[in-house]
Amino acid sequence: MSLRSAVVVVVAFASLASIKAVLTLDNDGERVLCRYFDPAWMASVKEQRAFEKSLFTKTYRAASDIIMLEGVTCVYKSSVDLFFYVIGAPDENELLLSFALNTYFDALAQMLRNQVEKRVVMENFDVVALALDELVDGGIILEADPAVIVQHVAVRNNDEVPIAEQSISQALQTAKEQLSRSFLK
Amino acid sequence: MSKKDEDGDYNPYASIDKSAVVQEARQAFNETTINPRRCNLVLNKLLFLLYSGEPLGTTEATETFFAITKLFQCKNITIRRLVYLAIKELAKVANDVIIVTSSLTKDMTAKEDMYRPAAIRALCRITDSTMLQGIERYMKQAIVDRNPAVSSAALVSSLHLLGSNQDIIKRWVNEITEALNGKTLMAQYHALGLLYHIKQRDRLAVTKLVTSQTKGSLRSSLAYCNLIRYAVGSMQDDPALYNELLQFLDLCLRHKSELVVYEAARAICSLKNVTNKDIIPALSVMQLFLTAPKSIMRFAAVRTLSQVANRYPTAVAVTNIELENLIQDSNRSIATLAITTLLKTGREASVDRLMTQITPFMSEISDEFKIVVIDAIRTLCLKFPQKHIVVLDFLSAVFRDDGSFEYKKAIVDTITSIIHEIPAAREIALNHLAEFVEDCEHPALSARALHMLGRLAPQSSFPSRYVRIIYNRVVLESPIVRAAAVSSLAKFAVSPNSSNLAPMIIALLSRCLHDTDDEVRDRAAFYLRVLSSDEAHVKSFIMSDLPYSITALERSLVDYLKNPSATPFNLKTVPLQAPSAKPEFSKADIMAGVVPSSAAVAGSAAALAAAGGIAAVGGAAGINLSAAQQQDRNAARLAAHPELGQLGPLFRSSKPTPLTEAETEYVVSCTRHIFSRAVVFEYELTNTLNDQLLEDVKVQLDCPDGFIVRKVIPAKSLPYGKPAFSYVVVELPQDPKIVSGTFSNTLKFLVKDCDPNTGEPDDEQGYPDEYLVEDVELQVSDQVVPIEFPDFAAAWNALPQDSEVSDTFELASMKSLEEAVSTVIGFLGLFSCGRPQPNASKSAQALQLSGVFRGGDQVLVNAKLLFKGPGEGVAMQLTVRSSNLQTSEIIASAVG
Repeated sequence: MSLRSAVVVVVAFASLASIKAVLTLDNDGERVLCRYFDPAWMASVKEQRAFEKSLFTKTYRAASDIIMLEGVTCVYKSSVDLFFYVIGAPDENELLLSFALNTYFDALAQMLRNQVEKRVVMENFDVVALALDELVDGGIILEADPAVIVQHVAVRNNDEVPIAEQSISQALQTAKEQLSRSFLK
Repeated sequence: MSKKDEDGDYNPYASIDKSAVVQEARQAFNETTINPRRCNLVLNKLLFLLYSGEPLGTTEATETFFAITKLFQCKNITIRRLVYLAIKELAKVANDVIIVTSSLTKDMTAKEDMYRPAAIRALCRITDSTMLQGIERYMKQAIVDRNPAVSSAALVSSLHLLGSNQDIIKRWVNEITEALNGKTLMAQYHALGLLYHIKQRDRLAVTKLVTSQTKGSLRSSLAYCNLIRYAVGSMQDDPALYNELLQFLDLCLRHKSELVVYEAARAICSLKNVTNKDIIPALSVMQLFLTAPKSIMRFAAVRTLSQVANRYPTAVAVTNIELENLIQDSNRSIATLAITTLLKTGREASVDRLMTQITPFMSEISDEFKIVVIDAIRTLCLKFPQKHIVVLDFLSAVFRDDGSFEYKKAIVDTITSIIHEIPAAREIALNHLAEFVEDCEHPALSARALHMLGRLAPQSSFPSRYVRIIYNRVVLESPIVRAAAVSSLAKFAVSPNSSNLAPMIIALLSRCLHDTDDEVRDRAAFYLRVLSSDEAHVKSFIMSDLPYSITALERSLVDYLKNPSATPFNLKTVPLQAPSAKPEFSKADIMAGVVPSSAAVAGSAAALAAAGGIAAVGGAAGINLSAAQQQDRNAARLAAHPELGQLGPLFRSSKPTPLTEAETEYVVSCTRHIFSRAVVFEYELTNTLNDQLLEDVKVQLDCPDGFIVRKVIPAKSLPYGKPAFSYVVVELPQDPKIVSGTFSNTLKFLVKDCDPNTGEPDDEQGYPDEYLVEDVELQVSDQVVPIEFPDFAAAWNALPQDSEVSDTFELASMKSLEEAVSTVIGFLGLFSCGRPQPNASKSAQALQLSGVFRGGDQVLVNAKLLFKGPGEGVAMQLTVRSSNLQTSEIIASAVG
């Protein structure tokens, strides 16, 4: 008996599936893009929502980046009006979770030209979803380098928005952003 | 620009509707010429819908799935990638998803590198064992593909599929090893994990993998982290590798990646028997992390330290300065963990300072963390009993703050254990408890505190003070608290120390007869009646709890009602329950950090996990079966075997005794279940050979004279790793004086060789074999239940004098008085009334022991022990009284 249980413990400990969920919530705590990878944890949508709610209320004001909640470790960071969370087992290496979170965030920042905010994420939902798919597969970290993720997602589309049009809208966007930044100073 | 666009809360999917999306998908995807932009938008909406947890019915999902397959004609890469995502999500609900197998297989082997990795991962999500064989060739190629993403995709998918396809994936070991030795970082990480999981049942192969890789050239930090975890597993399995792998861990502490350094440091801290010297390098790393600018690093370090501080308080104490700085950390989790660690590592001199630092801190943290802090304070107080005054002052201060029930309960728990463990603190603690009762807003906690006061306050120096406080509760509180207060008051009237208060108490109780609540009135009436009785033993009802487990009593009553008989129900047939030695967890457990004190509180699980780590999470539920629950379980298990026959109610069960070493081919342990006229030997059998199936497993028992084997119940089959039970029923000798003896056991069974993987026997025949296991002793202590009698002297006088047996013994081999005391208690299996606390200068010790012998006879023992000096042993005079002479003789004969 003791032998068998020992094996089970080792397996759980040594599993590569270190990420239980990756969540993105907006500043009302509503879902933007949430994926749960551990079928044994938070299986029903109802449980997931309740968990997200308690996670959000405990983190949206706090000036920190890690919390233990309901037996799991959550690392998080916020950007404009979004909150990004990576969640792992209570005994998971915290730095590993933080590493995954940073990879995801850096990849998004590169692809969305540093405009990691709800409106842009929503407009580029496909890009964000693909980036997450390239980051984690079934809880296992698939790729750890943000540059590689960007390369995998940034697809050569044959019917993209015309170049000229794109650059104008982007120029407008950048100008608007810088303006608002200088106002805020 | 529209208004919507400007206000920043623009959400193109805000008013998304499930049926509309499904409808739209069907239309857009089925067009003859596909409009990529429109399809992209629809796919976006669909994915948003799926990820936001909107449940799709099977029909809806299947229809959408089929519509999506049409998009395989479209060459647009983004659309193809989104199709894969949708397939993976829909495959969880939809039917007939295998129809896309050929399309995905085509993509997987295509030239387009943008398709291939994602196609492999999508394909493996819809594949099963039979289909996997079909694509095996492609998978093997993919694993060694020169494109790293393809290789990783194939390896990760294999990991997901491994569970039910061990045999197929095992054949790819060569390819996987090639990927492991390749240059790509991520593929190394995935390949190492996959190889480990393929080999994990084969200890030798795992060892080989681990030792070769520790010398090898892994470049991926993630792979290194996992290798460290595997190394720890191997170190625990095989002590011969311990030093070699410890060196490897030590080397990892100097790795260039923080991730690896931290993983190695916490691995060293987690080792079971690591020496102080070996743990120091790991702690130095943690110390460095404590001052890191990144709060995650500080958190990681302080969390590991708080876990390891339980075991190595002095070694961790070197980080005290850094920890004290962290009390001001803006992340309150870090601050809390720092405080709890300091409480564990602190020296006696620093306790006062720590307590003043904590007090302002408590108002800033959440209740979950407050509970963690309170638990740490309890441990601290038990470690430094002299500091109880500061601790109790602190507790009474924080109790007045607002807080949840769980938090207040943790405080009351802590005071309770201080009362039990530190006799010097008792009076002060009772005072605090009395104050709590006055301003506690939780009736359940008030009731508990009142119960404690009732038990202990009568022995204090001013019982009358407490009577006033308790009676105030009767006037002011809710019915639950009033009832508890009434019970508590009654105890003052019978306790020898405060019996002068009895007339007062009777007057107070008489007033309670007019209470508006039934329970309060009933209790008052009951106690008044008992107090007016002249018989001493009647009064014992007030002080002692019912010595029966409530579930056992209920079961006996139900049995009695099922078979009505002319004789009235006899309480003696109810199994007795040994009093739990202490109401709370024992001090030793708390000190060892084994028991998170508020373990039962589900809500605080997270906070506990933060403090206690892995051990606390896993260990909380299972370990603390009370004696009563264990007894009920035993009875229920025996009741499941009607073939054992009518034995009457179970009197008690012994703890299981191992009859073999833990590592032998067959592991056997024996539990003795005592009935009034018989003993049932219960053997738990475990077969640790995976190539054998045992059948008809029974134990041949050789009995001493007088004992007769009545029945042998074999275990019909004993497959590998699945424990089974076998029973032997032995009738006790007619001569009531023979109660103990040594029984020799031989295991007899039929062996069938079998396939280790399936467990199917190779042939039908099998051959008989036997296996010798150790003897089992039936002792007097097996047949006694320790029961507490609150008033020992009264109970002693109530027993007939002619039952008394007295004898003197020379315990020559005893080296100290303590040893003799615990040996005698062990031999007799009785409850020790009063706490034996011999101090070193005293050479004599009186013991008062009580219990009930099989059949229901009360047994009381007065023993006087005299330590004659080193080398000369201990002399003991033993006087036994019981309901009859015979029982007294049996008990007296147990010593010697």
